[in-house]
Amino acid sequence: MTQTAPAGIVRRKGLRHRLMRILLFAVLGVFCLYYLLPLFIMMATSLKSLDEIRTGTLVSLPRQITFDAWLKAWGSACVGVRCDGLKPYIWNSVLMVVPAVAISTALGAVNGYALTKWRFPGANTIFALMLFGAFIPFQVVLLPMARTLGVLGLAGSVSGLILVHTVYGLAFTTLFFRNFFMGVSDGIVQAAKIDGAGFFGIFSQIVLPMALPAIVVTVIWQFTQIWNDFLFGVAFTVGDSNPVTVALNNVVNTSTGVKEYNVDMAAAIITALPTLLVYVLAGKYFVRGLAAGAVKG
Amino acid sequence: MASIRLDKVWKKFGTTEVIKGIDMSIREGEFIVLVGPSGCGKSTLLNLIAGLETLSGGGIFIGGDLVNDIPPKDRDIAMVFQSYALYPTKSVRDNMSFGMVTRHVPQGEQAAALAEVAELLHIETLLDRKPGQLSGGQRQRVAMGRALVRKPAVFLFDEPLSNLDAKLRIEMRTEIKRLHQRLGKTIVYVTHDQIEAMTLASRIAVMDNGHVRQFGSPEDIYERPVDLFVAGFIGSPSMNLFKGRVTEQSGLRLQVEDPAGVVHFPIPKNLQDAASPFLGRELILGLRPEAMVREGAHRPGSETFSFDRMIDVVEPTGPDTMLVFTLGGIEAIGRVDPQDKVSVGTKFRFEVDMSRAKMFDPATGLHL
Ligand SMILES: Nc1ncnc2c1ncn2[C@@H]1O[C@H](COP(=O)(O)OP(=O)(O)OP(=O)(O)O)[C@@H](O)[C@H]1O
Ligand SMILES: [Mg+2]
Repeated sequence: MTQTAPAGIVRRKGLRHRLMRILLFAVLGVFCLYYLLPLFIMMATSLKSLDEIRTGTLVSLPRQITFDAWLKAWGSACVGVRCDGLKPYIWNSVLMVVPAVAISTALGAVNGYALTKWRFPGANTIFALMLFGAFIPFQVVLLPMARTLGVLGLAGSVSGLILVHTVYGLAFTTLFFRNFFMGVSDGIVQAAKIDGAGFFGIFSQIVLPMALPAIVVTVIWQFTQIWNDFLFGVAFTVGDSNPVTVALNNVVNTSTGVKEYNVDMAAAIITALPTLLVYVLAGKYFVRGLAAGAVKG
Repeated sequence: MASIRLDKVWKKFGTTEVIKGIDMSIREGEFIVLVGPSGCGKSTLLNLIAGLETLSGGGIFIGGDLVNDIPPKDRDIAMVFQSYALYPTKSVRDNMSFGMVTRHVPQGEQAAALAEVAELLHIETLLDRKPGQLSGGQRQRVAMGRALVRKPAVFLFDEPLSNLDAKLRIEMRTEIKRLHQRLGKTIVYVTHDQIEAMTLASRIAVMDNGHVRQFGSPEDIYERPVDLFVAGFIGSPSMNLFKGRVTEQSGLRLQVEDPAGVVHFPIPKNLQDAASPFLGRELILGLRPEAMVREGAHRPGSETFSFDRMIDVVEPTGPDTMLVFTLGGIEAIGRVDPQDKVSVGTKFRFEVDMSRAKMFDPATGLHL
């Protein structure tokens, strides 16, 4: 242990402390298993054939690994009447999530910056109102939003969904960036003002590069929220423009024929994969970003 | 280059008044040093001149133009912040050239200015580092450099040398003075270092609680403090202020009493007239530590006066030794030659140069 411990921190030695550490890691191990078991079962099931699922037990490893279920879930499973698998819907989700995340994060960053570094009368009131938006449940905005989309002529389209997610996400992204920028010394912005930079010059050249941890946190948060969203997707899109979460639901809920658990599992994993990927790639920054501001310097 | 004029400048943060009607006229090319206790509003005043805070009242003129509504970037100033305020994601080089980049200074000029200032501040080897990789003193020098590379009309310095080691500080002090002589720019400079204030300033403004108590040449401030505050604030160790009663005893004298005995300081000739209305009442006598030395050490011809006191503490500083004793209920300090020092608990005969004494009215705090 001593070699892998954070360099140089002195810690107590002795039997009692050794035992406590072993206990600690045992508990952590149990939690770890608890979280990983469902994933394992999904993985295992998706790699089994239907016969094997019917005869075997839930937790057993597949006897014979087959990717048929994955291929079917990806390319040929039936979503409603259309049997092209999840592929087109994944694409819908990507088309929705990328602009929605980008726009809401960018606007949140500008908002947070303006609210903290160019304070104007009423800034706190505006922020309080925006914060209020973060606590409004999805269900409350459904009807007004549907009406708005109808008026704008965006009903049932991916663009409509982008707008919904951007607007709804703004409360969160503004909150994240505002809190991050609160911790950034005003002096830095003042120095840049004296150096001759303006509102957007300071934003793009000084403030935004500093905000990398906040950007990562916000992007991950928004990505997971928007990608995983089901309610807005099912409410504001129809058939071909459904995001993948809605399509997954339709795959699993298809009532015709036998229940293909392996295809369902594979489809579920495929749907969840992008968020997993984002965590793996940027998780390091996520944790760092959440802790940012806790310690100065 | 520009003059600066402050006209009844007020600043309130919410309901707290931080700057309370300051009037000040700074001539073109002057080196003004602001001193005052922590929290008296020095940084706030700089921020007002820079345009980083809006005025609550009054007017600020730079180069004769009212700049109340002119944003910082158009005021043609450069500033060194007390907190350094370096851009953490930029290298030292980019930190220093940012102001030139935003003002579209040609590349060649930028490089030349950067090289010159980097050499002046001994930071040539740090140019590619980020602020996070620098020590406090190095950061402070970069903050200085960022202001110096520009060629503004006015420089504002907020304690720019506070974090440097003693040797570097003296070196930088000289460099700043030389720079001022060479460029002749108007400078407003905040410091807590009295020697810095005395050596650099063409005029010093002593601030207290949002007011300017005295604005004058270093010599004026030191030799002719207008009131008790300035007298006590300027000088290190600070002026000894003895309270006593004015009596008549072959001329006017100030009688300072304590359990160890009575001392009758003769009131200096130039202050006799001003002190006479106070006969029988209290006055405060101000004596700087260097005005109290070993008997016989003053130049002949001065109005000398001697008294004995027991020494409580001896503080050698190197060039001088401070002798701490009690008189009139206060801890007083005499500044003597190290060779004249005595051991604690023994009697020492001080000689005072009364011509350098100051007298204050205890009711108003003003100098007579
Ligand atoms: N934004 C603010 N809101 C409220 N009060 C403030 C603000 N900025 C400064 N003050 C108050 O104004 C007073 C003057 O502050 P300032 O920073 O000008 O002091 P200073 O003379 O520079 O002190 P120091 O020598 O410690 O740097 C202080 O009492 C401070 O608490
Ligand atoms: Mg200050």
